[in-house]
Amino acid sequence: MRQVAGLISTYSSDEFGICSALYELGGMVVMHDASGCNSTYTTHDEPRWYDMDSMIYISAISEMEAIMGDDEKLIRDLTETALEMKPKFVAVVGAPIPYMIGTDLPAIAAMTEQATGIPCMGCGANGMNYYTKGISMALEAVVRRFCTGPAKRTEILSVNVLGATPLDFSLNGSVDSIKDWLRENGMVPGACLAMGSTLEDIAQAGRAHVNLVVSYGGLAAARCLKERYRIPYVVGVPFGEKFSQALAGMLREAAASGQDLVSYRRVGRDRERCRADSPLDRKNPDSPRLSLIGESVFSASLAAAVELDRGISARVLCPLDTEDLLLREGDLQTPEEDDLMARIPETELVAADPMYRVLCGERQRFFSLPHEAFSGRIYDRVNPNLINRKLEVSLC
Amino acid sequence: MLKRIQRETDHPGAVVKIREASWPAPFQEGLEYSSPARGTWNIVHTGMLIPESHQIFVCALGCLRGVVLTAAEMNAMDRYSSVIIREENVLDGTMEELMIGGVTDVLEKLPYRPRAVLLFISCQHFFLAYDQNQVFAALRERFPDIRFTDCYMIPTLRKSGLTPDQKMRMQLYSMLEDGPKDSRKINLIGSNLPVSRSCELVRMLESGGYVFQSIHDCRTFEDYLAMGQAGMNLFYEPLARIAAEDLEKRLHQPYLYLPFTFDDEELSGAYRKLAGMLHLPEMDEEPLRKQKREALLAARALIKETPIAVDYTLTFRILSLVRLLLTYGFRVTEIYADTFLPEEKEDFLWIRENFPEIRISSCVRPWMRFQEREREEKVLALGQKAAYFTGTDYFVNIVESGGLYGYDGVVQLAGLMQEAFLHRKDRKTVIQRKGLGCESCI
Repeated sequence: MRQVAGLISTYSSDEFGICSALYELGGMVVMHDASGCNSTYTTHDEPRWYDMDSMIYISAISEMEAIMGDDEKLIRDLTETALEMKPKFVAVVGAPIPYMIGTDLPAIAAMTEQATGIPCMGCGANGMNYYTKGISMALEAVVRRFCTGPAKRTEILSVNVLGATPLDFSLNGSVDSIKDWLRENGMVPGACLAMGSTLEDIAQAGRAHVNLVVSYGGLAAARCLKERYRIPYVVGVPFGEKFSQALAGMLREAAASGQDLVSYRRVGRDRERCRADSPLDRKNPDSPRLSLIGESVFSASLAAAVELDRGISARVLCPLDTEDLLLREGDLQTPEEDDLMARIPETELVAADPMYRVLCGERQRFFSLPHEAFSGRIYDRVNPNLINRKLEVSLC
Repeated sequence: MLKRIQRETDHPGAVVKIREASWPAPFQEGLEYSSPARGTWNIVHTGMLIPESHQIFVCALGCLRGVVLTAAEMNAMDRYSSVIIREENVLDGTMEELMIGGVTDVLEKLPYRPRAVLLFISCQHFFLAYDQNQVFAALRERFPDIRFTDCYMIPTLRKSGLTPDQKMRMQLYSMLEDGPKDSRKINLIGSNLPVSRSCELVRMLESGGYVFQSIHDCRTFEDYLAMGQAGMNLFYEPLARIAAEDLEKRLHQPYLYLPFTFDDEELSGAYRKLAGMLHLPEMDEEPLRKQKREALLAARALIKETPIAVDYTLTFRILSLVRLLLTYGFRVTEIYADTFLPEEKEDFLWIRENFPEIRISSCVRPWMRFQEREREEKVLALGQKAAYFTGTDYFVNIVESGGLYGYDGVVQLAGLMQEAFLHRKDRKTVIQRKGLGCESCI
């Protein structure tokens, strides 16, 4: 049946995706919800909570405030706290109850902005969508609101990284490794939305030559920057050796041509190599050996890297929001546990978050690929950084 | 990156001296912050106390996140499932179909047959006015061998009537049934943690020939059901009163509230009342009081003038404990709490009268995110939140009393204070684990 997770975990939601995306930008982010959301997000989905201060709060809405539609209290609390804390912006984030009672978050944001003079945004999350949608919503809102001035291109080829949050990249050094990889390839990292950059850095994002979209959550911001500054984007994460090299080439190509690229769709499968290595593939060349479960850009990039570096044919099973554009031929969007139970047995190898292992057969070989947005902090200590390095030891 | 905001003074909206604090809530309501101290139990931890039961939460993704990972972190995913509410269920009014179909699917998928299902609904159900009777009737008809009980994850309703914690304590015993009673059996109900076996309360009952049991002693669902045979329920956690009242009404089990006090006379009064109800000889408490005094004096001799911070997660009557410590000369300087129980009022007034400079700090006001978390001198913290907010690695790591009740509880607590004073703990790791006392894979 749809909408059942009888055996596995469930993914983080849109409200937490917004919080994660805005965490480091100096804003005040307020989930308009009761008491549970705050500890849920900060315990399971926010590995920065203990060591890095950020103004993430809840409104602590009560039953009577919801029934009476008491928006005045929320505006008063937002105004009072914002004037006291002096954040760079305020984001009011929706949740299930505000969604059900039709709370007008943009209007509340506008009234708070009027009262405080601080930029305010209403973010229409409802707790019923995946975190990917929340990241997308938040990063697009930041770009629309703060990337507004004229921008002169940098002299050296510079690259913004869009869509980086701990929900997809943990705190295992992956994001720093992406920046190192750009430098190794003669490029300068620009703004990173949104890990390791300030709001002021992001306001200068229009100066970059090209944007690297590392998750579905970064795509809407990339399109906005394209529209506003004519910056092309390349979709992909630099996993493995050969794929990372190819991706670096595509960034240069996009910067020169102005054309957008989905890197892993351009690379294609090295079918001859895959056939040589795999008895299964020799029997049926269209049958992948490896299923990768996870976020579309992350997983499809890794699938391409596995094919190039190891010659193992792979396909993605994506349980989350994505677009057809972000998947390759043979990849599937599989939002339901039942879909996954049907598809997982089709390959001899599975790479996924450890909490998917329960769906695998005893004869399938399982590779652990912890995903913060699925299993939270449980596997933080063993979450590998696969950026720009050979995959033979770390994955297959 | 954000930089820590350096502060010269405590924020007036988040910290107040007790002489200026209003009763029972020293701080105004507003936006709330959540510190990383996570040792207290939630409804998943509590529900897992029923043996051979399975929990199914029907909620939005955001609401599910905390509960599914609670189950995972306590290595209990095999006893937990989710049914996910999506926008169409809210817009189309298909909640009943989702619940019946979803729970059926879960039960058919499970590799085992649970004896009971705790079916949790959320705030959304209340606002949708869904037909709960229809859902449970359909499920009971489909699965006659499984008992279903309704449980609630309803934080939006926490200020209206019963809180989610009170409801959970009541529903925890909702599957017990009325029947013949065994007057020699006594239940302790409503506590997440079992009472220490060395407590004089246990000795008093067992030496009188009574079987003293709690849900923690139940290994099978049959053991759990047998709690319905007890002749009396005791509870010392204030949140459990509603559960005791419900059991009295449904199962005709009388109850007695034993206040979680640190005051000898109040404790004596409770023990005398219990002895009277059970026809037991009154306990000779003098040796116990002597042990308590000696334990506290030994702790005081070691800890000396070291400042002590206490938080509300440590025990239920935090002000009673603070008063005891002050009476014995401990230097309590800070209390972390946002509200106090009505039965704490006398202790509050006593502390205000005698130690007016003690600071009360909020645990949730927004400014607490930036409160200076380091102290120049060594601090002994009693409780995880106090440890976090004062930045000390010297802390007593218990929550919800840790099962330490009565004179024996104070003796043990005094020992834990000495141990905490002498030995550092890995604060960051220890306080972030959920549900202290449960398994944790963190």
